Amino acid sequence: MPEQRRIIFKHIDSPGYTNDIACYQQNGGYETLKAAVLRKPEELIEEVKKSGLRGRGGAGFSCGLKWSLLDRKSGKPIYLIVNADESEPGTFKDRYILHQDPHQLIEGMMITCFANNVKQAYIYIRGEFPEGARILEKALAEARKANFVGSNIVGTTYSCDIFVHRGAGAYICGEETGLIESIEGKRPYPRIKPPFFPAVLGLYQCPTIVNNVETLCHVKHIAAMGGEAYSKIGTPGNTGTRILCVSGHVKRPGYYEFEVGKLTLGELLNDVCGGPLPGRTFKAVIPGGSSAKILRFGERFKGKRKVGAEMQDYDWGLDDVPMDFDSLAMIGSMAGSGGVIVMDDSVSMVEALANINAFYAHESCGQCTPCREGSLWMKRITNRMVLGGARPEDGALLKNVADQIAGRTICAFGEACSWPTQSFVLKFGEEFKTYAERTKDSSATLATTPLV
Amino acid sequence: MIATPTVDLITVNIDGKDVAVPKGTNVIEAAAKVGVDVPHYCYHPKLTVVGNCRMCLVEMGLPAVDPATKTPVMDPATGKQKINWMPRPVIGCATNASPGLHIRTTTQLVKDCREGVMEFLLVNHPLDCPICDQAGECKLQEQATGYGRGYSRYVEDKNVKPKRTVLGPRVTLDDERCILCSRCIRFSKEVAKDDVLGFIDRGSTSTLTCFPGKQLENNYSLNTVDICPVGALTSTDFRFKMRVWFLKQTNSIDTETSVGANTVVWSREGQIYRITPRQNDEVNDTWMADSGRVLYKQVKAEDRLTHTSVAKQAASLAEAITKASELIKANAGAVRLVASGKNTVEEQFLIKRLADSLATKTSLVSRVGAGDNILVSKDHNPNVRGALLTGLISELPTAQLTTLSSEIDSGKVKVVISFSEDLTAAGISESQLSKVQVIYIGTHHNKTTGLAAIVIPSLTVFEKSGTFINQQFRIQKFVAAVPGPSGVVDDLVILNHLTSSLHGIAVQLTQAAGLIAQTWTSLSATIPSLAPLSFSTIPETGLLVDSTAFAKLPFVETETLHFKPVV
Repeated sequence: MPEQRRIIFKHIDSPGYTNDIACYQQNGGYETLKAAVLRKPEELIEEVKKSGLRGRGGAGFSCGLKWSLLDRKSGKPIYLIVNADESEPGTFKDRYILHQDPHQLIEGMMITCFANNVKQAYIYIRGEFPEGARILEKALAEARKANFVGSNIVGTTYSCDIFVHRGAGAYICGEETGLIESIEGKRPYPRIKPPFFPAVLGLYQCPTIVNNVETLCHVKHIAAMGGEAYSKIGTPGNTGTRILCVSGHVKRPGYYEFEVGKLTLGELLNDVCGGPLPGRTFKAVIPGGSSAKILRFGERFKGKRKVGAEMQDYDWGLDDVPMDFDSLAMIGSMAGSGGVIVMDDSVSMVEALANINAFYAHESCGQCTPCREGSLWMKRITNRMVLGGARPEDGALLKNVADQIAGRTICAFGEACSWPTQSFVLKFGEEFKTYAERTKDSSATLATTPLV
Repeated sequence: MIATPTVDLITVNIDGKDVAVPKGTNVIEAAAKVGVDVPHYCYHPKLTVVGNCRMCLVEMGLPAVDPATKTPVMDPATGKQKINWMPRPVIGCATNASPGLHIRTTTQLVKDCREGVMEFLLVNHPLDCPICDQAGECKLQEQATGYGRGYSRYVEDKNVKPKRTVLGPRVTLDDERCILCSRCIRFSKEVAKDDVLGFIDRGSTSTLTCFPGKQLENNYSLNTVDICPVGALTSTDFRFKMRVWFLKQTNSIDTETSVGANTVVWSREGQIYRITPRQNDEVNDTWMADSGRVLYKQVKAEDRLTHTSVAKQAASLAEAITKASELIKANAGAVRLVASGKNTVEEQFLIKRLADSLATKTSLVSRVGAGDNILVSKDHNPNVRGALLTGLISELPTAQLTTLSSEIDSGKVKVVISFSEDLTAAGISESQLSKVQVIYIGTHHNKTTGLAAIVIPSLTVFEKSGTFINQQFRIQKFVAAVPGPSGVVDDLVILNHLTSSLHGIAVQLTQAAGLIAQTWTSLSATIPSLAPLSFSTIPETGLLVDSTAFAKLPFVETETLHFKPVV
């Protein structure tokens, strides 16, 4: 069984570890920042580029590349925003960092700010994390007092302050341009790209970096060990460790940190999480948060992939798929936010989709037409189905509605809300076709089942 | 001469047709140039681009360039540079022309996108068309017909939202019909500078509303009705009155101030139902003030003058003109004219001719009031510049007719001819008026008409044709939308006959037809800056005339949309 490698979660849930600055410093905290501010900012950016770090928020975009896209010639201030709006169903990694190790995030942020000449940074924290916001405020006060945040940090001429901004409870605030609008005090309507790429026209129309909490914690460790060393963790192109949040029908759900690509989905679910519940078998898994496309146990995936410099054939069952960005994308899903949702044979796929659709219809911001109307329509179809009104043609209609959304919206919410429907119907089409028949006697009980 | 700024033209290809457009032109506008319709709802040429309706999705491609050598990649099949087509559609409104940009609007993908967006817009849209005011000019109707699927697959319940929200004194909202395009929100914020509208709630339950404690009550609120692509925002005045396809459209000019916003008058069977703005990118863009939209109510107003009278007794027009010319002749040398900044250029020209033949002076009454720096200027007369150009006056008018007042007191003046001006509002008291004989030619009753010896009714701007010269010295024409009241003739007819009568030519009442053209023959022969023009050759959006002779006059206007005063 592969061993966990805890870098980010090194101290999470360890006995005696507290979230105050004293404890953090006793464990070597802020030493990396002290060393980093003595280096050239460009060197630090170079380390991150070398590390191959990919964003841990969902898209898996190269962190170094994101930084290099910043418009540094405009003369405008550059902002850093930490996306701590962890709202993707199935994802629960950032909250542990915020609650138990906030200084790790602050240190990662300050290194990032120093490297990119940021003078003001924001932590946009999910509205449903009031305790996390309190802890961050306290941690920031401690860090300011200890001169790690604020004016002339650790005896240098470099100054940068960090502010905590609480969301008001909307999934769409996790979309980076929606988040920026929200900080600006507006409705979090995602912006059109072009022209409003955050790297050029972000917060207050200034160049802006938006990074996930976990990503910035990795930056701290990259600065500490060097990009070269970091890039050796994990697998080429999928470097470092990442936290996998396993929920659903396994014996030991929870968070686990592994080197990226060093373990397979089968190892994760069977060995690490203890396998299915007694008497059950695995049916399906969503590997990267609820918006990722669902995978069906029993599926086989064949093709060619790049290993090192050469192309190799692969022929995988679902159990064989390595948990990394590229492999999961290759088989038609995504590593996303690391939220692994497991469903066993007790689950009705129609009902599971009804739950997901209800979430996305509730969270669509309503700005652009396909997502606004399509997400609600899909919800109404699956609602009707589970409430006893299913028709054999509903599966095909659902898929067609979803097809009219993906790729045609302002932001990625269009994909987030249509991918579940597309993949559920594709992989479990039979269940959608026969749902009416199978549930005709049980509709009375179904009607009382809450969907969300 | 103002140098024409050089515009960088670049060539883009729309559905196989090359078109040269200025850099930065968006795909919707570029496509329109080659006759390709890119349907849209939220995009408006005068507002910021938000790209939320997704109706203008098109396929986009760029010329292929070898990444290593930066040289063009040629397509051997066509011999032209290869085009890299993007896998995903892009929105036309936010895609700006760049060199070699290729756009396809006729592919299956684009067709699917439009069908999809149309279907989504309709799933929660009420089937109100039979009772909806927008029917006939509804983008949703038009584009559903043009680009929709033609049948519904939706079997669920539709959203229920408020049906008659009063947003302000002139605008009523039907939230169920709203497609959330946000044009009204952007207009209020960007053009009217009165940020009062916004959405509440989210997803498909999003609802347009005013901010708490505020109303959509600014003087531009009805523009939101004009730009609403569906029947969500309706004019409380026009609501449920008339089907738009029955209405005749006549080009007109807003007379409330010297801005001269271009308008369309919508009428049927001699009755006006509404006034809306007409696009003129040099004057009013696509906007006009609410205050200008209610001016049509003067046509059927209670106090409208409809009968000719002499000494308060009903008389025929011929009698009145004969009487007037007798009065004028009997008091030769003691006649004064008061013309109006609301008279047309043609009328002012004939008044000037009348004044010349009587060797008398003409005064004009100024109307200076509040401006809003948008489309209401401080000069509430539409045509003071016309009076200057025709030579009717040589200095700017004043609000008080002090010279006339003292001339009446000294007995120097015995007869005053007023063209639509209430002299009591211009500093002449009722007791002063009783000392003179007033000949009044105008449209509405007022204190002066009550004291006048001869009253000759005339036509409102909606019933006659003519021109005004606005604050930019732009001559703009309007034409009659509806006929005047029975027996009331055009001001030009009245003026012509009065002048004829004074010269002893028998009064033969004719109609105005041909009079405008006839007047313009003399006008262009007399006034050099109007020399090459005739009424029919003035473009619908007007024409700037030479104003150098008046450059030193202290005009009262301050900056408004598309106008900066000469300092």
